[in-house]
Amino acid sequence: MLTSSAAAAPAKRRAPARVLPGFKITLGYTLMYLCLIVLIPLSALVFKTFTLTWDEFWAAVTGPRVMASYRLTFGASLIAALVNVVFGLLVAWVLVRYQFFGKKLVDALVDLPFALPTAVAGISLTALLAGNGWVGQYFEPMGIQLAFNPNGIVIALIFSGSPFLVRTVQPVLEDAEKELEEAASCLGASRWQTFKHIIFPSIAPALLTGFAMAFARAIGEYGSVIFIAGNMPMISEITPLIIIGKLEQYDYAGATAVATVMLVISFILLLIINGLQAWQRRHSGAPV
Amino acid sequence: MSSQMIRRAEAGTTEAAWVRYTLIGISLVFLFLFLVLPLAAVFAEALRKGFDAYWEALKEPDAWSAIWLTLITALIAVPLNLVFGIAAAWCIAKYEFKGKSVLTTLVDLPFSVSPVVAGLVYVLMFGAQGWFGPWLQEHDIKIIFAVPGIVLATVFVTFPFIARELIPLMQAQGNEEEQAAIVLGATGWQTFWYVTLPNIKWGLIYGVILCNARAMGEFGAVSVVSGHIRGQTNTMPLHVEILYNEYQSVAAFAVASLLALLALVTLVIKSVAEWRHEREMKAIGDFSPENVKAAPLDLSLKAAS
Repeated sequence: MLTSSAAAAPAKRRAPARVLPGFKITLGYTLMYLCLIVLIPLSALVFKTFTLTWDEFWAAVTGPRVMASYRLTFGASLIAALVNVVFGLLVAWVLVRYQFFGKKLVDALVDLPFALPTAVAGISLTALLAGNGWVGQYFEPMGIQLAFNPNGIVIALIFSGSPFLVRTVQPVLEDAEKELEEAASCLGASRWQTFKHIIFPSIAPALLTGFAMAFARAIGEYGSVIFIAGNMPMISEITPLIIIGKLEQYDYAGATAVATVMLVISFILLLIINGLQAWQRRHSGAPV
Repeated sequence: MSSQMIRRAEAGTTEAAWVRYTLIGISLVFLFLFLVLPLAAVFAEALRKGFDAYWEALKEPDAWSAIWLTLITALIAVPLNLVFGIAAAWCIAKYEFKGKSVLTTLVDLPFSVSPVVAGLVYVLMFGAQGWFGPWLQEHDIKIIFAVPGIVLATVFVTFPFIARELIPLMQAQGNEEEQAAIVLGATGWQTFWYVTLPNIKWGLIYGVILCNARAMGEFGAVSVVSGHIRGQTNTMPLHVEILYNEYQSVAAFAVASLLALLALVTLVIKSVAEWRHEREMKAIGDFSPENVKAAPLDLSLKAAS
């Protein structure tokens, strides 16, 4: 497999690559648009940060309220992404391997969190989970509050991140070679052993990619969280809300500093996700 | 292989019935709790005081201006990102060049930036204290706390949608058909219109529809740059927020229900596009002579390794 694809690659490159017109104009337009919309505005953020002294910057990004918000944002995002790994794998597995009534409908519904505006998800989850809501009323007598505290944040983040896992694992499961499982079974493996040693290693890169995507999305998430969070300083205030709060007090320097921290984190996560995807493509043996 | 072994092998690639039904059951319960209930709650809350209250809430002039602004924003943002998406996909998928992977990563960047940060960068550019702030004030141009800022923030957050959809699709299809068209004398435009576009049609529709859903539903980024002026710079999601914070629950959910309907329409179009694409791929797979040749080739490679 490896040698054949390595041999095919240079042959492809030797083919007349520039027969098609439009390379310069499309690349030029892409770069210009990318600079105008994304790169120059993001560099404004970085430059603004450099106008702060190190001490100012450090004070802005390590204040007690800000530190509490990092702990909350990262903790809740981590829990939500882990929950999504478990249920995302389960849903993807069920959708690929089993037949049941209404499967196509369920498959279409998985993308709902991508399509539903975050603010709508936010108020709807709040209405469900509040003490008098459809779901919240059953938890209230047990003394469990689901809305207006970190529980609500985790639930909102599970909602918004759920499609990432399903949609990254699903295609890998579809492409999985059944022959390997048949062979394992013929050699006497139990179904669980086959899953653990054959299936799981082949979907692990996809699971990790989906986890990183759901985590990255959760860290930046704003709309679906602020309605349900309760937004109490030190307890249920997420980092994006800290930025908004500083902006509303005209503390542009402080808002910029915290935003830069978030930008750096999301850039690192993006690089990790890209690396994971490249690993996944190599893993599945597809040409990169 | 004996028939007993085949049966054993087949049994070895699926689970016992009770395991299957338990797994299906758990995932359906999960999806019901996390997806169906929130969706149903939007409509239930919107209609809690009957249809009349629902209509009253939607007839309000502020609601109308929010709907208009949302439509206008999407009408500007989606075509801009459509042109960009096609241009980016063309140069990334059809050619090899230095720095291609860096460019691909940068195209993805707006996906991973928090919407709040996306809004903030435009405030730093065009706000009163921003780079161009003083110049804009001198010329009496308003971008932040006005419609242009909302459009810019929306363009930023929906930036990668169409490009992301098209790049893998066009990469998978390769250049052969386009090269043939060019060799036969077609111009670049003709090649794009008659060869490339029919091939990427469904992916393009899928990308546009997702881009549109996000453009109409964006909240965080728009909320930073809008200034929340009722009837002027309020998009539908922002209007939902204001109504909700004023404890006008029915009105908030009424406007939200329109956005939820938009989400449902998006999902339907998306599913149809996917099914059509799959069917076309299958049809090509059934009849294309290349595939007949490719199958044994694939087998021989496997045998060799």
